[in-house]
Amino acid sequence: MIRPDSPILLEITDLHATVGDQPILKGVNLTLRAGEIHAVMGRNGSGKSTLSKILAGHPAYTVTAGTIHYRGEDLLALAPEERARAGVFLGFQYPVEIPGVSNLEFLRVATNARRGARGEEELDTFAFEDLVRERLKVVQMDPAFLERSVNEGFSGGEKKRNEILQMALLEPLVAILDETDSGLDIDALRIVSAGVNQLATPDNCILLITHYQRLLDEITPDFVHVMAAGRILRTGGKDLALELERRGYDWVDEGLEPAPQADPAAPALEVV
Amino acid sequence: MVSLAVSSATAPGSASAAWLESVLSAFDQPQFLSSGGVSSGDLALARIRASARDHLRGMGMPRSHHEAWRFTSLAPLIAVPPRVLPPVRHEGGSEPESSPATEALRLYWDGDRDPLAGVVLPEGLSRIEPAAQEAFLGTALAEAGTEDSWLARFSAALVGQVLALRVRGRVSVPLELVSDCGDRSGVRPLRLLLVLEENASLELLQVHRAAGPSLSTAVVETRLGAGARLRHGVLGLGSDTSCLFAHLAVSQAPGSELELTTAVGGWGLVRLEPALTQSQGAAVTRLRGLQVARDHQIADLHSLVRFQGPEGQLDQLQKAVVDDAARSVFHGAVQVPREAQRTKASQLSRNLLLSDRARVDAIPQLEIVADDVRCTHGATVTRLQQEELFYLRSRGLGADQAARLLLEGFCDEILDALPEPASFWQPARSLLGQALPQ
Repeated sequence: MIRPDSPILLEITDLHATVGDQPILKGVNLTLRAGEIHAVMGRNGSGKSTLSKILAGHPAYTVTAGTIHYRGEDLLALAPEERARAGVFLGFQYPVEIPGVSNLEFLRVATNARRGARGEEELDTFAFEDLVRERLKVVQMDPAFLERSVNEGFSGGEKKRNEILQMALLEPLVAILDETDSGLDIDALRIVSAGVNQLATPDNCILLITHYQRLLDEITPDFVHVMAAGRILRTGGKDLALELERRGYDWVDEGLEPAPQADPAAPALEVV
Repeated sequence: MVSLAVSSATAPGSASAAWLESVLSAFDQPQFLSSGGVSSGDLALARIRASARDHLRGMGMPRSHHEAWRFTSLAPLIAVPPRVLPPVRHEGGSEPESSPATEALRLYWDGDRDPLAGVVLPEGLSRIEPAAQEAFLGTALAEAGTEDSWLARFSAALVGQVLALRVRGRVSVPLELVSDCGDRSGVRPLRLLLVLEENASLELLQVHRAAGPSLSTAVVETRLGAGARLRHGVLGLGSDTSCLFAHLAVSQAPGSELELTTAVGGWGLVRLEPALTQSQGAAVTRLRGLQVARDHQIADLHSLVRFQGPEGQLDQLQKAVVDDAARSVFHGAVQVPREAQRTKASQLSRNLLLSDRARVDAIPQLEIVADDVRCTHGATVTRLQQEELFYLRSRGLGADQAARLLLEGFCDEILDALPEPASFWQPARSLLGQALPQ
């Protein structure tokens, strides 16, 4: 939902980043307001996942230039856990399996960390069980998964549902969902998408990172951005995704030809 | 790091020889033998003692050129005052009012008083009288071929009494043996003889605690009859100046099942020697082990599993968490001679290094002669996984809390296998330190 007067939650300005010595992001600009759903599309290697990991604070990536502001504060100054507590959530493309760590216990500790930061009372085991059982419905997840180790032995679909369950519990203001549709069959895609739609409110914003139109058939984005070579080359409405599906990414690459290297500060947006 | 470098850290010869001599004479008093309440005057024990003393004087102290001890410094051992650990009236005095979390029969075991005095044993459990012990004492050691283990000899040379128990049928109440040296100094020798008859079953937790410069040394001999089942846990909670030695010899008849889980941490020096024999094969052995060591602590586990007949099974998982300049040693011998066809054995050693100075020596030693067997082994040494840490932090858990949760997860796989009475001792918290911050 686009409301020009709604507050800016996330503002990325001229973001440059490297992993090791390898430049990955080369000037990303993006603004997310409350109530909006954005989709970032692009080929493998275009920098989509790097962008998501940097937003969450992954230590392997180095920001070399640019800024990220979350509700006006410098997000890059915060440790990963501080970002999470403040309301930034990354749904992982490949959720990590953690043997021996109970999923229920993990969800409870995470939920209480976020609640603490919001000045809410921590939930004891019983109160949390009530909450988690209610939120399980968002992703139609079997309570048996609570008793298992975090993501251990979960199928691809179960892992993604577990991610959305975490989103439902943490109630983030900025949710970045990195290829949440990958590895999902049609039914699981519908369930996960329905969960995300249920969690989208006028007060939060969602950044979907995806390769495919099929996720956007289920979750309607307000904006679609196309990344290539570390920059956002095109931005449009939901129709842009359809056009991309029709014309392929080569069409986007045409936008690369006037190589911006001479002037990296030049605006990289091309509104369609 | 996994390394095969030779350690030169063994205590200087003369000081350690003097220490050994002092310990032997401290336990040489004739009244020590007769003060034992369980089997005093027992000839078999006296003979074992005398023979062990002879052997020990010949062997001297282990040195770094002894293969079985080359990674294990004895410096913490000879810092223990070479005297008899003074007995206390209230064993387990730090929690005299506490009772086990679950229904369990707790016996305090100090090598001095009779742990069974005034105790009503549950159905199926009975004392083996001294005259009847002779048929069993030393036999499990002999079958494993570990009579000459220095640790077993040393312990046998000091022991003045044996706690000897027989199990018939299924004992429904778990048995808990608690040896708590408190902060006292000195040496406490213990010996347990456990005989499970055909189809008998028992759950046993053996707890060793120490907070001062003490050495607890135990020899446990267990015989499992055909079809018998034993779930045996050893939980050792120590301190920088305390040492724990335990030799655990088990002889398994066909159809028997042994689940032996050891979890030790905090000891200046701890060495465990499970020595298991499947006397005719066709038995099931499940070994689980966890060592936690920090500062300059040394944790050593030398296991031996011997299959003396076909169709035996072994599932062994040994783990270590090693921080600071601590050291973990795991030596896992598995012997599969020609007669042990169709043996299935797996051994895995998983180690978590938390510091650059920590050290792990994991040495599998599989001797396989039989040709129709399935034996696997493996060892991993890793650090905490950065992707796991990041995943937890990205959900709001602080770096310390995330690391702690991963550590607990690593340990729980072993701790969950301890017999139920272990929960009373809060093993994860006791081994890893403070509780998880919420």
